Amino acid sequence: MKSVFGDRRAIFILLAPALTLYTLVMLVPVAWSFGYTFFKGNALEGFRFVGLDNFIRLGSDPYVWDAFWFTLKYAVVMTVGQVAIGYGLSLLYVFVLRKSSTILRTLIFFPVVMPTVAIAVLYQKMFQSAPADGVVNNLLTTLGISSVDWLGSANTAFVVIIIMDLWRSIGFYGVLLYAGLLDIPEEILESARIDGARGFSLFRSIILPLSLPILFSSIILSANGTVKVFDSILALNGGGPGTSSTPLTLYMYRTAFTYGDYGYGSTIALLLSIISLIITVFIFRSSRRDVTA
Amino acid sequence: MTNHAPTTDTVAAPRGTATATASKPRKIPKRRKKTLLQHVKKTPIYLVIAFLFFIELYPLFWMFMSSLKSRDDYLNNPAWSLPTELIWSNYPAAWEQGNLAITIRNSLLATLPALAIIIILGVAAGFALEVMIFKGRGGILLTVLAGIMIPGQMILLPLFTIYSNLHITGTLWPLILTYAATGLPLTIFMMATFFKAIPREIFEAATIDGASILRSYRSIAFPMVRNAIVTVALVQFFLIWNDLLLAITFANRKELQTVQAGLLSFSGDFGALDYGPLFAAICITTGGLLVIYLFLNQKIMKGLTAGSLKG
Repeated sequence: MKSVFGDRRAIFILLAPALTLYTLVMLVPVAWSFGYTFFKGNALEGFRFVGLDNFIRLGSDPYVWDAFWFTLKYAVVMTVGQVAIGYGLSLLYVFVLRKSSTILRTLIFFPVVMPTVAIAVLYQKMFQSAPADGVVNNLLTTLGISSVDWLGSANTAFVVIIIMDLWRSIGFYGVLLYAGLLDIPEEILESARIDGARGFSLFRSIILPLSLPILFSSIILSANGTVKVFDSILALNGGGPGTSSTPLTLYMYRTAFTYGDYGYGSTIALLLSIISLIITVFIFRSSRRDVTA
Repeated sequence: MTNHAPTTDTVAAPRGTATATASKPRKIPKRRKKTLLQHVKKTPIYLVIAFLFFIELYPLFWMFMSSLKSRDDYLNNPAWSLPTELIWSNYPAAWEQGNLAITIRNSLLATLPALAIIIILGVAAGFALEVMIFKGRGGILLTVLAGIMIPGQMILLPLFTIYSNLHITGTLWPLILTYAATGLPLTIFMMATFFKAIPREIFEAATIDGASILRSYRSIAFPMVRNAIVTVALVQFFLIWNDLLLAITFANRKELQTVQAGLLSFSGDFGALDYGPLFAAICITTGGLLVIYLFLNQKIMKGLTAGSLKG
């Protein structure tokens, strides 16, 4: 029987096409991109070997550090927001709304499948201050607060980006964590209730510990996704004003295509990949330790 | 919490009647108080739910209302006022100026072939990596999984060079190939998980009946995971349809733009002036997805969240 599952010809026919495409369009370019980090130039003008210049430049480039800190700040705030609000939603679905949670769950999930550019343009207009005030400034002026030029300064632009991206994604985390909470066996909850655990004590001593694994995987997922933020910011305000809300992904894109520097662009892309790798490994490890403890 | 209050109530009622009559007048006001208390206790929950509905629906409602406003109406009246006159002609204008017929066609022409490639190659590879037994299986699986994590920026520039050397940059092929390849890792991973659930004995029995393993794959395994394939296809459809990075890199010419890239340039070119058609364009592109979502929402939600559990 083993020989059937080890049929080399069958394995080849099933696996080779996928692996070939994956290797040519993903693995080779990754290696190639790594090679680019030692060069300056682009596809049209040709390349010049510059040794480690790109890495030296990376260390001293103030824009890359700005972009790095922005990415980090965005990723931390978004990860906390997505997982915390998502968890809140999932608790609401499972323990308060129960069977009737379907409508709310389905509704809040919808922006997840909306085109990101559509959402970004919508938020741009809701938060606009010129030529006419958007709905958010309408609300502020009604409350007696003067209207704000939301996308005109770095701090307020950051607030808009966070609100927009949370609106876009919390439905996803709500459903993800909802599925995790449904996996908690009803008998455990029931026996805890018989033992007198109610409300917050039931949550703290039973529900929270049992949902830790799924919370940790949500954190990995969220952190890994948010460090790659690109579409929504590009479409909302292009990383402005100036470059104050430019993440690494967008800075890399501009370096490569606006300034035609593939070498330095690849170096930034490498930095991004390393951050992604570190997050995955780091959080995976810490989550393993915490769960088994 | 609120779920337990009624249970304690019904338990309390017969107990009250069973014990001395003296406790009866006591019980009744107590029960009334409890139901009132229940409602008071529930108020924050009602408020939270109302708030969630508002936060979720109002932007979509506002988007639709703005798509029916004239430019004067948009600029001179408060943003939250309703349209003074319904300008339905914003929709044909958006279709025309936003180039929507072309961008929707391009998105379909890039997404559907890429989906087909992903399904045909990915399901087979998932089967091979989960069911078949061979040396190096673990290593290949790990290499493929690493692909889920690689940011698009890491493969963008070499691919741009490759595609321009192949002289295919004037077509949708760069998009199709890149979408297909970047969709494979997650698809293979998900399919492997689904194949894990099929007992090996089924394939063993088919072998005893004289079927080759390829035949078992085609006639048994593939049909068995048909539902899972729909799930995977939905996940990939939304990931590809809503991609922006690859779309603006490999299809930046106007005649190759996808929906997302088209919206981006529309909001830059004309959007600053023509608010009505811009909102109408957003409504059209969102509306199409809304229709799919109305029919398949439970499957989409299940699929998209299942596709994420790789930690």
